[in-house]
Amino acid sequence: MNFDDTPQEAAFRAEAKAWIAANAPKQYEDELRKASLGRVALKGANILEVAKAWQKKKADAGWACLHWPKDYGGRGASPIERVIWQQEEGPFGRLSSMFIIGHGMCGPTMMAFAGEEQKRKYLPPLASGEKVWCQLFSEPAGGSDVAGLRTRAEKQGDEWVINGQKIWTSGAHYSDYGILLTRTDPDVAKHKGLTMFFLDMKSPGVEVRPIKQANGASDFNEVYFTDVRIPDSQRLGNVNDGWNVSLTTLMNERMSIGAGVSTGFPELFDFCNSLMLEDGPAIENRAVRAKLANWAVKASGLKYTSMRAISALSRGERPGPENSIGKLVAGSMIQDVATYALDLQGAAGALNGPEDAEVAGKFQAMLLRAPGTRVEGGTDEIMRNIIAERVLGLPGDIRVDKDVPFNKIPTKGRA
Amino acid sequence: MNFDFSDEQKQMRDEARKFLSEQCPPKAVREVLDGKAPYDKALWKGLAEMGFLGVAIPEQFGGAGAGHLELCVIAEEMGRALAPVPFSSTVYLAAEAILIAGSDAQKQKWLPKIASGDAIGTLALFEGKGNPSPKAINVTANGGVLNGVKKPVADGAIADFAVVAARTGSSGRESDISLFIVDLKAGGVEVKSLTNIDLTRGQAEITFKDAKAEPLGAAGEGWSVITQVLDRAAVLTAFEQVGGADRALEMGRDYALDRIAFGRPIGSFQAVKHMLADMYVSATLARSNCYYGAWALSTNAGELPEAAAAARISATQAFQHCAKNNIQVHGGMGFTWEFDCHMYYRRANAVALGLGSLSYWEDALIDRMRKKNAA
Repeated sequence: MNFDDTPQEAAFRAEAKAWIAANAPKQYEDELRKASLGRVALKGANILEVAKAWQKKKADAGWACLHWPKDYGGRGASPIERVIWQQEEGPFGRLSSMFIIGHGMCGPTMMAFAGEEQKRKYLPPLASGEKVWCQLFSEPAGGSDVAGLRTRAEKQGDEWVINGQKIWTSGAHYSDYGILLTRTDPDVAKHKGLTMFFLDMKSPGVEVRPIKQANGASDFNEVYFTDVRIPDSQRLGNVNDGWNVSLTTLMNERMSIGAGVSTGFPELFDFCNSLMLEDGPAIENRAVRAKLANWAVKASGLKYTSMRAISALSRGERPGPENSIGKLVAGSMIQDVATYALDLQGAAGALNGPEDAEVAGKFQAMLLRAPGTRVEGGTDEIMRNIIAERVLGLPGDIRVDKDVPFNKIPTKGRA
Repeated sequence: MNFDFSDEQKQMRDEARKFLSEQCPPKAVREVLDGKAPYDKALWKGLAEMGFLGVAIPEQFGGAGAGHLELCVIAEEMGRALAPVPFSSTVYLAAEAILIAGSDAQKQKWLPKIASGDAIGTLALFEGKGNPSPKAINVTANGGVLNGVKKPVADGAIADFAVVAARTGSSGRESDISLFIVDLKAGGVEVKSLTNIDLTRGQAEITFKDAKAEPLGAAGEGWSVITQVLDRAAVLTAFEQVGGADRALEMGRDYALDRIAFGRPIGSFQAVKHMLADMYVSATLARSNCYYGAWALSTNAGELPEAAAAARISATQAFQHCAKNNIQVHGGMGFTWEFDCHMYYRRANAVALGLGSLSYWEDALIDRMRKKNAA
């Protein structure tokens, strides 16, 4: 049992480290290091531009989308090399957040289902960040129940005509392309009448409206489709086989390992180390210590769970199911951590904003952003279902809409 | 990076699991639970024959000379099987104390007997309620004899010898405490059996009246040794706890698959599924913390104090959580004597206290993290 690199891994790490040291935008390192949930911004710079520039620089030197084939803009690297890169990229990896959907979900879906010419055309600029992609699955009527979506695609000649509405689309407002899941046959059961496409987000009839979130920020959008035309050549997979195509996408969403989930613990530990309470330093207060210890072991448990997965990759094996706990644990933990940090501040904890709030409002921002972490990318409840069904082998839910034609499924709970 | 046990160590775990599933089925555990025997003597002998008792004891002292990683995988299986034997007292506490502080002669005297199953040992630390603290030690050592009362002493009624923490000074500092080895079968020792919430493991009160005692380690260094022993035992016990947590989770899962209510397996209800998913989460967090503890223990890393506390806290929480919710999944049947659920519940809650309770380790973890931060 050890944490050591193999000689090849060590060589790769040294190469990555040297390149990053010579090329990373170090003027932003401090701010990126201090960034926390709900608060990633660079003073005096447009973070999107900085992110795109960094991604392009990486791509030109062969450090973008490491695990993708070289022909598609990647490096053809092994899974463990990808993890080592992420470890070395450190705070600069936070600049990649605008590419996560494109690189993590759209790219792999294109790779699996697009034609060879399309892959060569679309994937390299996606890898280099010159083109940004989004994923158009969720709808007002289909969140956790993605297959309940209602956006229609109707065939007219060699084209499909799209009408409907998507929601919770991260980055749609700055995306160039998107992958789109639609309903092509409402007369069959809901999973059997879906079809996947990719489209140019600048197509006529696409309208993007930002959603003002509960925390006041706008990371997500509603996207409206009015008679949007997509050529049949941009269909991914067979007609009415979109559900299986989307499973590829979603599988990739949950495969990312080593990036490290944010728990808020390091921030809280630092805060408690400097905070004075009425009767002395917070860190010497027994009640505070008990709380901290409980979160400390969750944070370390997640860290070493991820180390176990990385070890499996290093041996050339597929990681076990244990990595599926990360999002579930971190999501509610960061919310609890933020709540407690405000509790320690007393009445002043209610103050928000960088000037008046404690530690420049770090925990207030975290608190207000946290509810989203427990919903996006699979709610806590969906994550528990996945663990229960795929890891523990418990039965799936009894689905009352499974064998019912989609257009016969009730749409309202109370009349 | 290979943050995992080796293939040989995993093979040893499989061997231990096979041996224990044959030699220590729930029926055997119940012999002790029902008071028919103080511990499973046949199993103890079998463990010695398998080489498990001395797996981390060097060959020159009669052990297998493997190491602590091997002991970790065996500990996990002992916990999984709820083995009703004084393994933790003898192997994690007494043997480790002698390995850390014993003279060559003491090692020659006791370690081969531990490895062969001929001597049961324990650590006599506590004196009534409270967590480990040098201030709580009032048993005195003067002129080679001990006086005072230790309670509770795990497996004290079946132990042949004890490592005893006693007061040898009155400066108010840790250096007032020294360790001794006492032959519990000799004169001046009175042992009274006490009832444990975990009926598969014994507890005792031991009274020393001018009991002959041999110093273990240098005078005044007892507390430093105790701290090291507790850290090592915390990691090893955490593996037992993870083994128990995993088994309780499996029992709950299996029952949820088999039990039909309202026309469907209860494991198809989200309320039950989510409870089991949460049990999996805590068992997984604990296992990962334990692996880190195992790494620190086996490499004698400077991180051991912090890693041991994290493993202890995480594994204690996981075992308690899984044991209690296993009963909940079982419903009324889980609350019967006949079903095995309560045996895990009892073990989970007793083992949570033996090396110091959660609040003790929480405090220790934050202390140790602060020290590391300051360094």
